[in-house]
Amino acid sequence: MLDATDEGYVTSDGRKIGDVLMEMKNITLRFGGVKAITDISFDIRQGEIRAIIGPNGAGKSSMLNVISGFYVPQEGEVWYKGQKRPQMKPFQVAQLGIARTFQNIALFEGMTVLDNVMTGRLNYMKTNLFQQALWKGKAEEEETKNREVVEKVIDFLEIQSIRKTPVSRLPYGLKKRVELARALAAEPSLLLLDEPMAGMNVEEKEDMSRFVLDVNDEFGTTIALIEHDMGVVMDLSDRVVVMDYGKKIGDGTPDEIRNNQAVIDAYLGVAHD
Amino acid sequence: MPDQLIFAMEVFLNGLMAGVLYALVALGFVLIYKASGIFNYSQGVMALFAALTLVGIMEGRVPFAHLINATFGTEIHHFGWHLPALAAILLTMGVMVVLAWAVNKLIFNHLVNQEPIILFMATIGLAYFMEGFGDVMWGADIKKLDVGLPQGINTAIDEITYGWFGYGFFIDNLDIVATIIAALLVIALVMFSQYTKQGRAMRAVADDHQAALSVGISLNFIWIMVWSLAGFVALVAGIMWGTKMGVQFSLSLIALKALPVLMLGGFTSIPGAIVGGLIIGVGEKLFEFAIGPMIGGATENWFAYVLALIFLVFRPQGLFGEKIIERV
Repeated sequence: MLDATDEGYVTSDGRKIGDVLMEMKNITLRFGGVKAITDISFDIRQGEIRAIIGPNGAGKSSMLNVISGFYVPQEGEVWYKGQKRPQMKPFQVAQLGIARTFQNIALFEGMTVLDNVMTGRLNYMKTNLFQQALWKGKAEEEETKNREVVEKVIDFLEIQSIRKTPVSRLPYGLKKRVELARALAAEPSLLLLDEPMAGMNVEEKEDMSRFVLDVNDEFGTTIALIEHDMGVVMDLSDRVVVMDYGKKIGDGTPDEIRNNQAVIDAYLGVAHD
Repeated sequence: MPDQLIFAMEVFLNGLMAGVLYALVALGFVLIYKASGIFNYSQGVMALFAALTLVGIMEGRVPFAHLINATFGTEIHHFGWHLPALAAILLTMGVMVVLAWAVNKLIFNHLVNQEPIILFMATIGLAYFMEGFGDVMWGADIKKLDVGLPQGINTAIDEITYGWFGYGFFIDNLDIVATIIAALLVIALVMFSQYTKQGRAMRAVADDHQAALSVGISLNFIWIMVWSLAGFVALVAGIMWGTKMGVQFSLSLIALKALPVLMLGGFTSIPGAIVGGLIIGVGEKLFEFAIGPMIGGATENWFAYVLALIFLVFRPQGLFGEKIIERV
């Protein structure tokens, strides 16, 4: 077992994984009488790619929504950067440096790609309305500075050619990439990806996998992702949490998960006698 | 040039000016509708309320004077000051911001995720509440509003047109000022939404609430901001209407003309509100001029609504509205 000590660990490809960035402690989430998540604990470490997998309805998306503040768990604590996080609205969580994408894409359809990605920088813009209206210099300087970050991200994700295109005209695969760009523009300390490859063809999946790895590699961004596709997950992630019917049934490196009997049963089904 | 045609030109110009005032009210509707999906029936009453408050503050009237006097047997009506117009306008704007905050805090924060019809009903309730509240606060008498805008016939235009046609056009100075102010207001609004951080956040919220939250935008803040903007637009409209015909409670009915304007222009389009307003303004004046005498006049009361109805049949999304295509 890759037993995460306090000092972190070194991955098979030699990357150094650091301290615990986020820790979920005994999270339970109910919708009325239905338990979506039951007493789940796990941690996400600085610099790693952490996957949450599980069959349909396992509670993966609910877990991501708890992390990003869209759902409030009835029980349990969320610890972030060594501190217990008080109950927060989603926009406050975003301001903490936790960016996310959505399973069924939530982009600003009426805006251009560039404008969409720029919204990722809103929290870095500090000039107030009157400065923007009256004192152009400072506001312009700020806009330029943020624009540079955005252009870097756009370059990085290879979407320069569609910068000025309204998002509503883009095909599905590109929309997913724009959504990733918007999340990246916020320079998040934790990036949450909700099924980044869902509905993509093989080629698009390969592209997306490459981007996820590059983001982690180049910017050192900590990534937590949910994915259906087992193959993709095993290739991408450093550690994996497996959920089934709202419970955690496995936690470890891809190799450990592959050999975990509970996980195999959950995915392949098991004969009941 | 035949007399009839010259007349028609004058009517056309006056129609344009009247249309500007309709457009001003419609603009407030569009702002709130775009950002929050709430169709704010109370926009017209907000204009009335703003105008009432402006007069009250300017003339130093004591708010709730009737109520206070009736309860305590006192006879106070005025504070005895008279504020300059600009100071009163700024204070009124402050009141509109507080109103925006209160409306969101007390009503719409409790109605998150409700059906649009529920939100719409809430704004109807708000409209009647504000009308009553304005009445209790400032009294029901018709008030004269004078913030120093020029009024009366524009002699320059009168003389020039007299020189050209041998007939002087009657164009009210107030209408000209209203047009200029409306144009400036629209330019300012467009600049705000396109080039400022808050404007970008506002467009983001208008587009997708979830996505806006995920990039750290507080919906609540944006909604208060948008209602404040709508309050500001209402104040401008209230000043124009109030100066023209006195601040009276029938103002809120005139504001309903904004509905056909919106059906024409589209509920989600700022340019639509302007163009729709102008079309209705010109349309109803020309119709009254050309057809009115044949059918007994008073067509201005219904023409706008009939025009909107025809539009609904052939182009339900309006001139500039977004076409609604549901994917199946």
